Amino acid sequence: MPHRTFFWFILPSLTAMFLFIALPIVSVVIQSLHVEHEQVLEVVETCGPFGCNEETRVDSEATRALREAEPLGRFNGLGTYVSRAHLATDELAAAWAESDSLAEFGSQVMNLPFYKALAFTLAYTFIVTPLVLVLGLAIALGVNGLPQRLRGVTIFFSLLPMIVTPLIGSLVLFWMIDADGIIGATLQLLFDDPELSLKASPTLTWLTLFVYGVWHSAPFAFIVFYAGLQTVPEETLEAAMIDGASRWERVRYVVIPHLMPLVVFITLIQLMDNFRVFEPIVGFQAQASATSLSYIIYSDLRGDTQQFGSAAATSVLTILGVAILLTPVLIRTWRDFNRKRA
Amino acid sequence: MSAAAHRKSTGLIVLSTGFVLLWLILAAFPFLWTLWGSFKVQGDFFSRADWMNAIRGPLTLEETGARFTGQGYWGAWIESGFWRNVLSTAIIVSATVVISLTLGTLGGYALARSGYRYAFWLLMIALIFRAMPHITLVSGYLLPFFEWNLWGHLPTTIIVLVAINQPFTLWMLHSFFLNIPKDLDESAMVDGCTRFQSFRLVIMPVMWPGVITTGLFSFLLAYNDFAVTAMLLSQENQTMVPRIASFLGSTQQEGNVMFAVAAVVSATAPLFVLILFFQRQIVSGLTAGAVKG
Repeated sequence: MPHRTFFWFILPSLTAMFLFIALPIVSVVIQSLHVEHEQVLEVVETCGPFGCNEETRVDSEATRALREAEPLGRFNGLGTYVSRAHLATDELAAAWAESDSLAEFGSQVMNLPFYKALAFTLAYTFIVTPLVLVLGLAIALGVNGLPQRLRGVTIFFSLLPMIVTPLIGSLVLFWMIDADGIIGATLQLLFDDPELSLKASPTLTWLTLFVYGVWHSAPFAFIVFYAGLQTVPEETLEAAMIDGASRWERVRYVVIPHLMPLVVFITLIQLMDNFRVFEPIVGFQAQASATSLSYIIYSDLRGDTQQFGSAAATSVLTILGVAILLTPVLIRTWRDFNRKRA
Repeated sequence: MSAAAHRKSTGLIVLSTGFVLLWLILAAFPFLWTLWGSFKVQGDFFSRADWMNAIRGPLTLEETGARFTGQGYWGAWIESGFWRNVLSTAIIVSATVVISLTLGTLGGYALARSGYRYAFWLLMIALIFRAMPHITLVSGYLLPFFEWNLWGHLPTTIIVLVAINQPFTLWMLHSFFLNIPKDLDESAMVDGCTRFQSFRLVIMPVMWPGVITTGLFSFLLAYNDFAVTAMLLSQENQTMVPRIASFLGSTQQEGNVMFAVAAVVSATAPLFVLILFFQRQIVSGLTAGAVKG
């Protein structure tokens, strides 16, 4: 296809992506270097019958005028990045100097909002992803053994947790694990502890969110693996069987190697999607015990005074995180591409 | 191959069937339970005393005179004006799907037919954009949108959703177009069609399965979006998902939880129907990217 034709065909979607993905990223970077104007203070002298008082108050008119004149705020350089709400370099150094043990240092770091969110995001990404792979493969193997007629029904119901809006899916579970809901009440009965609540402690909240994550994503892995199982070469399986491979050995040495490209594919998609975990935290109202990077951006933008600079700095750090996560994949794809061309 | 070699031990069959059954219950039960519960009053669905109340519904019978009640639905749709959110969801989703597909088929076709290095780079950039958490982009929109007075309007949100959708749409359509032999459009061009004519008259008719599948995923992305719609739309034209989240702010008031439950069921129903009719397309879409790796 000539360059010119290619250009005209791709132009509309390129424009859309440039205007609404590339430029906003630039805008985020610029915003992250700025910080909101401080409120303009004025000193007012109020005189009463008992003498005069000097009083400092906020000049809201002047503050508004200043904010309108320079909506970006004042230039702050990397100040927002190293502030307490983000990388908190000073606090980190202080904690390192003061704490006697690594555990103490760790617990101090976990009190910093950014590191708390980062810890949850990474834990969620790296715990949910492998579990999704294992559970998905197990379901796929199970369904593959079912009679043909039952497979359609299984796939139908399996798709539900994945297709449904994450916020709605987490709400549905949230109502069930409520102390008055069916799962919450049953758990209290099982453990004979009327005070037991899955929302009470950070550990249980994290656990609940992980369970939700696996429940939500397992269908995806299942469907992809199931499609892959249909293409496992029958001859290799037969050959393995003649050589005396047991059922487990056939799965281990024939099926799983055949599915390896799919494992890579699912891992890639899951890493990307789990790293942006956000809606479940809103749905489970878990922000007290678990926040993610996406969630702190949301809460910065949400409040009464929107903190654009702070949200933007977290956004840039999140984008860097995504970039680090994706680098191995990109390098691999680049090598494949060059090999194919060569 | 003889059937005997394929025969499994009874124990294994029981084990794997039991496992699949357990998974089915895990996958389906929460939805069925919520659907059932949405026709009860709050005292029954959230029952301190006995979860059997949610099934038998003694309080529902006492309060409303029947075992099932539509109070939650009435409260959500009419009293709280949920129908307005349904309407804006319908507008946003249908516009997003149509525009995404129009731009996506053009771009995906070009990417599939161009062997140049920059086509590969564009796909890589699209992959990186696909990985970007949406909320990080949202913080980039807000300030300019406030400045230029674009915030809070349906068209702005539609365009943003289309753009966010593009990387994924391009990838998916590009892999569908790769499956269509090059000879088809090239022979049309030999017969005197321009590139665009051969795209429109020869390729599009055979592309419908791919377009429908991609459309389904664009639909899901726009329908399920929370990050963008919650931040870019004003109160009066909010879509369903952020509205449901805002229902929860007022849970202290008796009965409002049931509004949220009813709204959740209402928002899930279209997805249920979607799976019912398009299961095959959804599955093929999920696996389309996987096959080629």
